Amino acid sequence: MDAAAKPLTRNILPDRDYATLADYERSGGYQGLRRAVSELSPQAVQQQVSDAGLRGRGGAGFATGLKWSFVPTGEDAPKIRFMIANADEMEPGTFKDRLLMEKDPHQLLEGLIIAGYAIQATQAYIFLRGEYHLAARRLNQALLEARAGGYLGRHILGSNFSLDIHLHAGAGRYICGEETALINALEGKRANPRAKPPFPQVSGLWGKPTVVNNVETLCNIPHILHYGSAWYQSLGRGADKGTKLFGASGRVRRPGVWELPMGTPVREILEDHAGGMIPGYALRGFLPGGASTDFLLPEHLDVVMDYDAVSKAGSRLGTGTMIVLDDKTCPVRMVLNLQQFFAGESCGWCTPCRDGLPWVVVLLQAIIGGQGRSEDLDTLTDLVRMMAPGNTFCALAPGAMEPLQSALKFFRADFEAYITGKTPPLEQADEYY
Amino acid sequence: MSIDAQTASMLNADDIRDIKAEMAHYPDKAAAAVEALKIVQRRQGWVSDAALTAVASLLDVSTAQLEAVATFYNLIYRQPVGETVIHYCSSVTCWMLGADDLRERLCRHLNARPGQISPDGRYTLLPIACLGACDQAPALMVGERLVTGVGAETAVTEILGEQS
Repeated sequence: MDAAAKPLTRNILPDRDYATLADYERSGGYQGLRRAVSELSPQAVQQQVSDAGLRGRGGAGFATGLKWSFVPTGEDAPKIRFMIANADEMEPGTFKDRLLMEKDPHQLLEGLIIAGYAIQATQAYIFLRGEYHLAARRLNQALLEARAGGYLGRHILGSNFSLDIHLHAGAGRYICGEETALINALEGKRANPRAKPPFPQVSGLWGKPTVVNNVETLCNIPHILHYGSAWYQSLGRGADKGTKLFGASGRVRRPGVWELPMGTPVREILEDHAGGMIPGYALRGFLPGGASTDFLLPEHLDVVMDYDAVSKAGSRLGTGTMIVLDDKTCPVRMVLNLQQFFAGESCGWCTPCRDGLPWVVVLLQAIIGGQGRSEDLDTLTDLVRMMAPGNTFCALAPGAMEPLQSALKFFRADFEAYITGKTPPLEQADEYY
Repeated sequence: MSIDAQTASMLNADDIRDIKAEMAHYPDKAAAAVEALKIVQRRQGWVSDAALTAVASLLDVSTAQLEAVATFYNLIYRQPVGETVIHYCSSVTCWMLGADDLRERLCRHLNARPGQISPDGRYTLLPIACLGACDQAPALMVGERLVTGVGAETAVTEILGEQS
């Protein structure tokens, strides 16, 4: 595949630490921004991104151009608006945004500046996970270079558009990836999600119109502006457009992340790119897009990685980075690990999540510890229902229920084997750090 | 003691200058809360009640509001920790590929359980959520340094960057 078919990772080379401004410019960098601010109106930029068919890469898959279009425009619209890059990558099993920021920081900056132009933002922020120290250094360096190069600051590339970007590093909490929690976190408040509506595009950061886009989403924007929406559409293999960073971790031969067309079959990712399972291990199932997606089975290997195709198979594309379950890892214990993560990361704001997730953990610990009763599986099913979408304040608990409900369906015998004593209990099943 | 005097006693001139520089990036200075807590932590190691109160007065927020922020985050320590904090990833891929064994090996070497300060005062081991290095699991952070692909064959002294 040539570099034009891999726009997001064309600057990520095995023998180069990261792309400097000069490297980035040599590869056509900042041409998309130049075109946007010198030739196109903000509405035309929005239209081009809508035409390209770009959907959010953070997990929800919302159409990016449509998201931007909700920002009020016109004479009466608020003059202060904010554009935010969501760089709070923390979904277990996900390792794509870190790569993009560490290896090609200017690509994110250019995407963020163009997005800022499209909504006529007056200030932009990158909300970066506090643990990503190397990404922070590279981004801060890139910000200095971009300001010196005239790509950022007053009158960008001689246009009437001015914008600055400030890097805001968090201090580590999963819920900060939820866009309204992120806004509270940025304001210096406890990062509980906010009620919607109002949506951030109308009333977000400090009550002003605000758009929050994922890092990978923003990294697509410069290329759409530079090469056009028709070119972008041609990159997809299925219903969805463009390329995406897909990944695999677990007991595969070559864990990693690869830029591939949307619509690439799971089999190609796991077998060709990840090299199949490590000898001695067989594929039992996989979470297609991070910890908060439903398990799929080997029978789903021919599902293509498109938003709707993965939904139809019973899961979600999510972040597109797969976690592989092998035949020697206990699915019940894997689900316990996932639920401990979600219970620990619940912000505690709404009752179903705050009390429901620890209850799930206690029941799973009892089952794995040999104290489980068959009715516990009914209770777990009830808890899945009680934490379904619509019953909680945000998507954290419903997301947590996805691997649980699918494990109860696909791996029920593994749960029952602990309850009947067929699987020996794990000592200290309630130990967790 | 007045609040200003307390601020002065808990924060040195560099801290106050750095926190004020962070505040200047935002229309509301409270947005610098997390960065201010990190600035304090860099020098003092952790955020004591007195330091928290001092930072709150500088940011013009109530102590309670800043406490709600400080206690929310994995990387803000509200009790003393060792000179270097080791965060080992306890999330799903690292768990699958040996994070529990890694934790136990580190505990034996440090002679401390997670959350405790090692007897020599040098380290505290804590779990952390997914570090985004799942393709090189298991992973951990030693201070700000990401260390990946830490299998059973990797010596703890090597992980910690100590002379073996």
